[in-house]
Parts: sequence; structure tokens; C-alpha cells
Amino acid sequence: MSVLGRWARKVAILIRRNQFADELKEEIAFHHQHVEEDMRARGMSAEEARHAASRQFGNTLQIRERSHEVVGFRWETVVQDVRFALRQLVRQPGFAATAIAMLALGMGASTAIFGFVDAALIQPLPYAQPNRLLDVDESATSPRSNLSYDDYQDWKAMNRTLASLDVYTGMGYLLQMGSVSEPVSAARVSDGFFHTLGVRPMLGRDFLPGEDRPSQPKIVMLTYGAWKRRFDGHSDVIGRSVNLSGGEYTIIGVLPPSFSFAPRADAEFWVPLLDKSNCETRRSCHNLDGVGRLRDGVIAQAALSDLKQIAAQLAVRYPISNHGQGATVQPLSELIVGRVRPILLMLLAGVGLLLLIACVNVASLVLVQSESRRREIAVRGALGATSARLIRQFATEGLLLSAAGGSCALALAGCLMVILRGLVPKAMADRTPFLGAAGLNAHVGFFLAAMTLLAMLVLTGISTVRGSLRDLHDGLSEGGRGSGRVWRQLGGKLVTAELAVAVVLLGGAGLLGKSLYRLLRVDIGFNPDHLAAVNVMIPQNAYRNPEQLNALYDELERKVREVPGVESVGFTDTLPLGCYCNTDWIRIPGKPFHGEHNDVMQRDVSAGFMKTLQARLLKGRMLNDFDDAQHPKVILINETLAHTYFPGEDPIGKMIGGTTLDAKSMRQVVGVVADVREAALEDNALPVEYFSIRQEPDNFFGLVVRTAQDEKALLPQLSRTIGQAHAGLGIYGETTMPRGSPSRPGRCCTSFPPG
Amino acid sequence: MVASMAKNPDLLPGTLDMLILKTLTRTPLHGYGIAQSIKRISDHVLTVEEGSLYPALQRLLLQGWVKAEWKRTETNRRARFYTLTAAGRKQLGLEVSQFRQMIEAIGRVLEDAQEVG
Repeated sequence: MSVLGRWARKVAILIRRNQFADELKEEIAFHHQHVEEDMRARGMSAEEARHAASRQFGNTLQIRERSHEVVGFRWETVVQDVRFALRQLVRQPGFAATAIAMLALGMGASTAIFGFVDAALIQPLPYAQPNRLLDVDESATSPRSNLSYDDYQDWKAMNRTLASLDVYTGMGYLLQMGSVSEPVSAARVSDGFFHTLGVRPMLGRDFLPGEDRPSQPKIVMLTYGAWKRRFDGHSDVIGRSVNLSGGEYTIIGVLPPSFSFAPRADAEFWVPLLDKSNCETRRSCHNLDGVGRLRDGVIAQAALSDLKQIAAQLAVRYPISNHGQGATVQPLSELIVGRVRPILLMLLAGVGLLLLIACVNVASLVLVQSESRRREIAVRGALGATSARLIRQFATEGLLLSAAGGSCALALAGCLMVILRGLVPKAMADRTPFLGAAGLNAHVGFFLAAMTLLAMLVLTGISTVRGSLRDLHDGLSEGGRGSGRVWRQLGGKLVTAELAVAVVLLGGAGLLGKSLYRLLRVDIGFNPDHLAAVNVMIPQNAYRNPEQLNALYDELERKVREVPGVESVGFTDTLPLGCYCNTDWIRIPGKPFHGEHNDVMQRDVSAGFMKTLQARLLKGRMLNDFDDAQHPKVILINETLAHTYFPGEDPIGKMIGGTTLDAKSMRQVVGVVADVREAALEDNALPVEYFSIRQEPDNFFGLVVRTAQDEKALLPQLSRTIGQAHAGLGIYGETTMPRGSPSRPGRCCTSFPPG
Repeated sequence: MVASMAKNPDLLPGTLDMLILKTLTRTPLHGYGIAQSIKRISDHVLTVEEGSLYPALQRLLLQGWVKAEWKRTETNRRARFYTLTAAGRKQLGLEVSQFRQMIEAIGRVLEDAQEVG
């Protein structure tokens, strides 16, 4: 008979399955009756005959079931199993809910974290052949430090291992659109930057070779986000001009939506290097970062030794500026995800352990629950269920549990990822734009499916073990009393394993808590309560000379002081707790010097700055309003600088200068102040020198305000007051200084080169 | 109950199906009748267990080798009677010839073994 015919018959039986079952039952009953009659005919009593017939017949249910198996579809029994398993779970809602919730929690948490791991560590960077890209920099006192413009030019010309080498640096502009001026982040890059990354503009064109040289026409490329937000995504934007800090830049291209460059993630406008900044005219001033693409067949190690050799040659040729300057390379991905990798892997390990605990819990639950079902199992066995069928039944229950857990986990993971994305501190989110892409995608789905499958295997495995370990008749003979053998054999081990995992997890959490506690207890050197801060940018063409800038400082200070609740106001070029940046090399006259780079952070602050922070003066005096252009240049140093460079001496009255002891760079130490944490909390206290902002005025600065009232409520009023003081001021990064927040937005890593 | 088809399903696979088909060549029978007929004709050597009979009948029905219909018995009881179909008759011929071939082959092997022994 054809397969089709058989199949059609099966379908017919399936449709009339109740009738089929009834008929089979009737048929067997008929047979049974006849056998009984035969027995009676042989002289047995009615009672005896019935028993004998029943003995001969055995299990009629089993006969029916086996007959049904012949005509039934395989999935029919699966449906039966599923239906029965569902009934079991519904009958024990507490067990089902607990097991599903535990599985969902374990799988949901690990899936959510995996989403981030995937976005950061598994998904490739959005560039062509990202594993051939290198982060290229110099090395000095710190293992990775910026490239100087001249060094970059030499490296680019002399190296034999890189197919291309390009540089980038951060930039801030005041974007003038109509009457509104707004500070925007930008990046200045060498002409081949996007070519090296392998990124092609979505609209318009890339920079052409040579377009980054000084006095070339001003051109700009927009990120997709800037194009959408600021130009409404008009495609006729190409060729239009945009006013950046007074300069008219022609838009030549728009970058694709997939483009992101984590080291300059907030940059919306990408311009070629063009005119050199003050820093770029000097070989000793380092403000660029390099990105290179390896030549085919060259490994990173070869590039490193090549560049080191070049650096050594340059150190011989330019001993003053390049003494001790080496080279460093690392995969670009290391620069981008290096900082988050340990965090993510730790989290992944943590949730992995959590999942393990959840699985062990559910496994124990299932085991315990199976003990309470011994009787049922025994009865079903006696009624003719084969042990294979019973194991299949339990496996189906495990399958259902893990499937339900998996579905709940999917929803949970989606929510968790949204919440976690929100929890990433803004400063970190800026540096890791790829984390924003974490979501439910194919990878995550695959991961969750694998988790679910694993949970299924574990639960099914347990079912099989408990099914095969037990003789079906045990259940009846023992009458289901006491705890069973299976539980005794497996349960104890499970509890041990779970305790071990929990101890590891608790230990990790404890260490993490301790680190946090230490970070929170770091002496930041100032009183962060009731402090508000804001960054201000002054249009370059509005205030060209130091006198005008000083006049503006005075005006701003006066106006802000008049705001109700304001107690004191201070200016600084870089707000505290910002970054390890704006460093300077110092040299102390009269001390041995062999060209070493004595790296200290340099801050330009107003007289009111230390007073506003309530920093402690240890020796000498603070800066005051008379430390201006008409008076000798002075310098305030912090405790660490005093200890490092004046060990056992009184630094007051001593001179500090630049590496060449150029007369213009010499400043006299007037005071020593207790360490104020200028860089991130996790960095140790570092040497810092404070110049008077009146002697080094700049057209971007931070304003720190101490208030008697709620500092958050003050922020809008503060911005308004500054905005009213002079039209066209850019105000951004309004923030308060909550205790123990090591990272805040808008400051770190965005360098605003002096006008 | 010397030989039990159900307990030795591997001995001669498909034999039960063949016996059922053969039994039905003479007249339509119900399940009990088939079991009785096989038992009687084999002089009580072959006992068909109910646990094997009904699944086998379902298998034959599914293959289309037998038909089933509800009829009255002589004692006026309702029973399901199985009838051989044309396809079943063809199948029976096929199975019988295959079975004979096998028996002959087994026989030859046994005789050969005796001569050597």
C-alpha cells in the first residue's frame, strides 16, 4: 500500500480518534468475554473464569495503547505528553512558578549580560578588516601617550610596516546656527583617516589626500546623527556651509549610520587637521592619537619594532624634545573595548554562576518533587507504562519547564538590557558607543536558545537518572515513605555544589563592595557638598586679547555672585575629578636634569577657585586677584608635587620652569595646597601645578559655584545668568558634584586647544 | 502455550501478519475468531496473545490488506469482522512464497549439518 494511503488512513483515524478508541475497547471487551466463556465451558466457576481470562489478557490498557501506537502519529503521543505535563505543572503551581522563575532569572540575567558582551567583544568593530587596525601612539613616562605632529609626519614617512597611518584629536567648536550658538564636539583628523578605517561616506565624498594641510579650504564631514538632528537629514546638505567658531566650513560628506569611533564617540563634526594649533607647531607638544592599518602579511609585533626603531632615531636627532619617547601599538579593539572587557567578563562570570545556582535549585526542586510522585510513577508503571515512556514523560516536563523559563527569560533579558543601558554612566557610555547597540539580536537569541537547551538537557538528564535508578515497584512496596535513594544520592552533592558556587559569588561581591567602599572614601581634597559646576566656551572672535577675557571673568564672577544662594565662585580651565590631562613637563633650576619628562598636571585657576572648593592650604599663600599680567608669574603646587620634586625642602619661593628653563616659563612657588583630586578617583594622587588664570586666560573654562541651597536647583539659574552676561557664550556640561562620582560627562578626553 | 508469537517477535518477523491473513482467506472473522482459528489449526502449538493480535490487526488495516466492519455474530452480538482485501491476498501470496523459501533454506542448512555430523 502506498505511503500516501497509509497516511490518509492515519488522518482519518486521528479525526475519529474517540470512535477508534471506543471500537477498540469494545472489540477487546468482546474478546475478553469470549475467553471467559471458554474458561467456564471448561468447567471453571464464573469467578475463576473471570480471573483466568484477566490473567491471560494481561493489561488491556497496554494492548489498547500499543494498538493505538500503530495507527497513531508519533507527535500524537508527544501532544499527549505535553498535555499531561501541563496538567502536572498546573496541579503544582507553586513548584512550576518557582522553577520557571528561577530559570527565567538565571537565563534572563546571563542573556542580558551576554547581550553587552556580544555588542562589545564579539561583534566586530564597524570598520573594514578591523583586526588589521592598530592604535599607534608614543610612549613616555606613561606607556601610552599622544603623538606630536612632527613625530607623526616622520613616523608616517619612515615606517615600512603600515599600509597607512593617520591621526585624530578632539576639538570643540561653537556651532553658530542662526542666532543660537551651541558648543559641539568635533574631531580633527588627517586626510586618510576614514580611508584607513575603511569607512565610506554615505553621502558626498571623503577627504582627499592633501586636504588636511594648513591653509587648505575649510571642509567638514557630518556624522549620521548630526546630519539627522541638525540638518533634518536633507540630502542637499552637501556643499552647504556651516559656521564653526566663526569659520565657514563646507560640508562635503555625511558618514554612514553604522559609523562610530569610540575614542571620539561624541564628535559630530569631522574636519581635516588644517591649520596647526599652537601645540602642533612644536615637536615636544603631544596632542594626537594615531590609527594605522598593517600592511598585508605584517604582524603587530613587527610594526611595533619598526616604530620603536624610528622613535629611537628621532630621539637621537631631536634630543631635547624626543628624549625617552618610544612607540607603542595595540589592536584598535583593545583601545576601544580594553577597559570594559574585564568588567563585562566579570559580570558574565557572575551571572554564569547565578545561572548555575538557578539550575541546581531547579534540579533539586525537580528531584524533591519526583520523590513526592513515587506512588504515581509506580501506579502508572503497574498500569503498563513502560519505563521509556515514563522517562519521556518526565523529559517532557523538563522541556516544558525550560521552555517556559526561556520565554520568560527572553522578556526579562529585553527589560534588563534597557535598564542596564541606562545604568552605564554617561562618561563611560560616551567612550563605549557600541554598548548602546546591545539588544535582542540573532546572537543573543542563539545564546538564549543554547541556554534553554542546556537547561533542558540538565532537567532531562535528571529525569533519566531518577527514572533508571529506581525500580518501578519500589514505589509501591515502600509505599512512598521517607526520602528516596535518588535524593540521598544526588541531593547532597547538589547542595554542596550550590554552596561552593554561592561562596565564590559572595566572595566576588564582597571584593567589589570593598573596592567601591575604598573609592568612596578617597580623600578628594575638597568639600563636594553644594557645589555646582558648568563649562563655558567663548567665541574666538569675540574676545581676542587677555584683557578682554579678564574683563569677562570679572563680569561673570560679579553676576554669578548676585544669584541668590551663591556663596562663592571660582574659575578653572578643567573641572576637578575630570581627567589625567593637560599635562606639562617641568624642570627645577639647580636640580640635576637629564632630559627626563617630569609630567605634572597643569590647571589654570582663579583666586576664588580653591576657596570655593574649600581646599586646605598647607604652606605659603593661595593665588589672589593680584596674580595678573602686571605681576610676576606665580605657581601654587599640590602636596604630591612638593613631596616628589622638593623632598625634605621648603618649596616656597623656589622656581619651576619648562624643560629648557626658558625665562618666560619660570614661575615662583607661592604656596602648597593639600591634594585636590583632579583626575579620576581610581588614579592615585598626582602632582598638580596651579597657574593663575589671569596670567593664562583662555576662552574656555569651567565655573565652580558653592551655594547655600540645593545645588541642582541652582543650575538653570546659573546657565541663564551666564548666558545673559554676553550673547553667544556656549554653556554645557552643567553638573553637580555628588560625593564619590569619579566620572562625569563632558570633560574627560575632550581637549579644547587654546585659541 | 508452547510457542508464543509475542514473546519471540524476532524469531520469524512478520509471521503473525501472514497467519492472520491466511486465516482470513476462508471467511471473515473477528479478533477472537482469528485467535481461536490459529490455535485450533496449529493443534494448540501457536497461541496468539491479545497483546500482539490487536496491534497487528491495526497494522494490517493501515496497510489496507484487511477491511473491518461491525456485524452481528451467530449469537447476535456485535463484533468487528475482518475481511481480506485483494491487496491482502496479493500480500499473502508474496509472504507465503518468501516464507517457503526461507524454510527451505533453513531446511537445507539443517540437513547439511546432519550429514557432516
